Amino acid sequence: MIRLENIEKLYRTDTIETIALDRISLNIEKGEFLSVMGPSGCGKSTLLNIMGLLDAPTKGEVKIDQQTLTHLSDKQLARFRNQKIGFIFQSFHLINDLRVLDNAELPLLYRNITSKERIRLATEALEKVGLSNRIKHFPSQLSGGQKQRVAIARAIAGNPEIILADEPTGNLDSAMGNEIMDILLQLNRAEKATIVMVTHDETMAKKTHRLVRLFDGSQVQ
Amino acid sequence: MLKNYFKIAIAVLRRRKFFTFISLFGISITLTILIVLTAFWENVTSAGYPDMKRDRSLYINFVVQENPKEHGIIKGLASFYYLDHYVGSMKTPEKVAISSMFTATNTYVKNKKLVINIKYTNHAWWDVLEYQFLEGKPYTAVQIKNGEHVAVISEDVKKQYFGESGAVTGKYIKTDNVEYRVTGVVRNVSVTAPLIYADMYLPYTLSKADYRDQSINGMYSAILLAHNKSDLEKIKDEYQQVVSKIPPPNKKYTKIYSHADSYIKSYTRMFSKDENSSGIGIVITGALVIVFLLMLLPTINLMNINISRIIERSSEIGIRKAFGASSGTLAVQFIVENVILTLLGGIIGIALSLIILNIINSSSLIPNLTLAINFSVLLYGIMACLIFGLLSGVYPAWRMSRMEVVNALKGR
Ligand SMILES: Nc1ncnc2c1ncn2[C@@H]1O[C@H](COP(=O)(O)OP(=O)(O)O)[C@@H](O)[C@H]1O
Ligand SMILES: [Mg+2]
Repeated sequence: MIRLENIEKLYRTDTIETIALDRISLNIEKGEFLSVMGPSGCGKSTLLNIMGLLDAPTKGEVKIDQQTLTHLSDKQLARFRNQKIGFIFQSFHLINDLRVLDNAELPLLYRNITSKERIRLATEALEKVGLSNRIKHFPSQLSGGQKQRVAIARAIAGNPEIILADEPTGNLDSAMGNEIMDILLQLNRAEKATIVMVTHDETMAKKTHRLVRLFDGSQVQ
Repeated sequence: MLKNYFKIAIAVLRRRKFFTFISLFGISITLTILIVLTAFWENVTSAGYPDMKRDRSLYINFVVQENPKEHGIIKGLASFYYLDHYVGSMKTPEKVAISSMFTATNTYVKNKKLVINIKYTNHAWWDVLEYQFLEGKPYTAVQIKNGEHVAVISEDVKKQYFGESGAVTGKYIKTDNVEYRVTGVVRNVSVTAPLIYADMYLPYTLSKADYRDQSINGMYSAILLAHNKSDLEKIKDEYQQVVSKIPPPNKKYTKIYSHADSYIKSYTRMFSKDENSSGIGIVITGALVIVFLLMLLPTINLMNINISRIIERSSEIGIRKAFGASSGTLAVQFIVENVILTLLGGIIGIALSLIILNIINSSSLIPNLTLAINFSVLLYGIMACLIFGLLSGVYPAWRMSRMEVVNALKGR
């Protein structure tokens, strides 16, 4: 499903050059649930961003569904992300000015579908995360766990094949974290979603199919 | 999509009350000023009571004497003799109305001082201008010739001098210690047409200054009425011929020039520096500069606020991009939001203008002035808003749409 070939990422500032990723090659199968671990600053987010086409590698190639995507335009990449990938972030990144339903609808706005269909899909996604009774709320009226569930609903509203989650439980206590983890596991099992999740939690990582460890930009496991 | 832009725009505005207030305030005040100014401009420049035949009238407000050697000029209104003798004998105009600039006179009604602005006219004045007589009629050519002490007064003067009584034609009115017999009462004229306005109209033969004096400049102006529009150019040409044949008034000032102009140009001539410029360019440039400066401040203000909002909204920008918004889509969203905001400001501005115009109309600040928002003024206003929204939105939108997703999500 996702294939990374010899990915390198360099960050250059005036004084220093950081090698965020050093020749990473990875092959992720369709339907696989992969977790990524490693100390802070080792390049986990960078790796996920490159997989998600949010960031371009300095060297190497990203292939999704056998399609090489490294040289597409901004507009083409945006379209591809919209169709194929859902993102979940540690700090939720909900739009505070919008209600829960409008937040969940977001990816669908950039597709050519009617507002009725958008509402149907977003409501369905909110049902899957158990938030169908909160659709009129604003993010500020929700707990952290509920916010992250809205973010998951948003990520799955467009039925993407891939879900990329960067420390989705990092800002939550363990009870709420487990709830989120259960939802992700359920999505993987029931909907056959391919999921890549960055985490610091060994017990959560153990529940996934495979674990990749990074250290200083290199893959160590 | 548009509905969604609208949703988020309103949401942002509601949450950021201070920002909204400042922006709306700037926009609506600017727009109000622009609308009131254009209403004023419209009122002053378009044909109106009693000057209804403006489309076939030409105006002579300025005559210039030039001293080519010492680069000196004398510029001002014309003498009665000049207009009556030279202009009055022209062949192409149907009629030439001549009147003096109004001057103030004093009178007392029940120990209260009353200022009456008087104006001296010829007889054609009453034919060229369409005064509405509430009673009586204009003084006749014979009365003018005989120097009879007769006057046409305005409705206001009638009220103030005679009180609310019935007809006053035939009664006497005394100002600056001279007594006149009223021949008629006309509807008021606004002072915004300064060369037409007066409270009291008198035969030119009563003027204290000798109307037979042959100097070039004086205190009179003329309106040349053409038989039809196509004659206007002919009149201009004939007037140039006439001017070129006027003998130089003295040894030093050897050159005379003057133009018969359309209404606006007859005023903008005031600003022209040489014979061939009508001054309209200077006036339009001046007006544009003022409008530009007026709009510049709130534009910069809104642009600044918008740029700082980019940082605040970087998470939103990042997330929209991550979920499939292209840079172009985002830029459009942001511009639309901004235009919605400015249009809201526009609506408030228009409401505010209506209130202010109402106040101006009902106040006695400028008597007899009636300003109205008409269709074109509204159109200008809404156009100004759109331009405003685009100007203040495009640059920030461009900056915003260029943000990298990764940086936007980190708030950088
Ligand atoms: N935009 C950037 N500019 C410079 N250095 C960066 C940038 N983004 C990340 N880095 C550096 O790259 C390395 C990897 O960062 P990141 O992928 O965020 O680590 P992790 O998610 O594992 O904590 C870090 O050393 C970080 O400082
Ligand atoms: Mg990270």
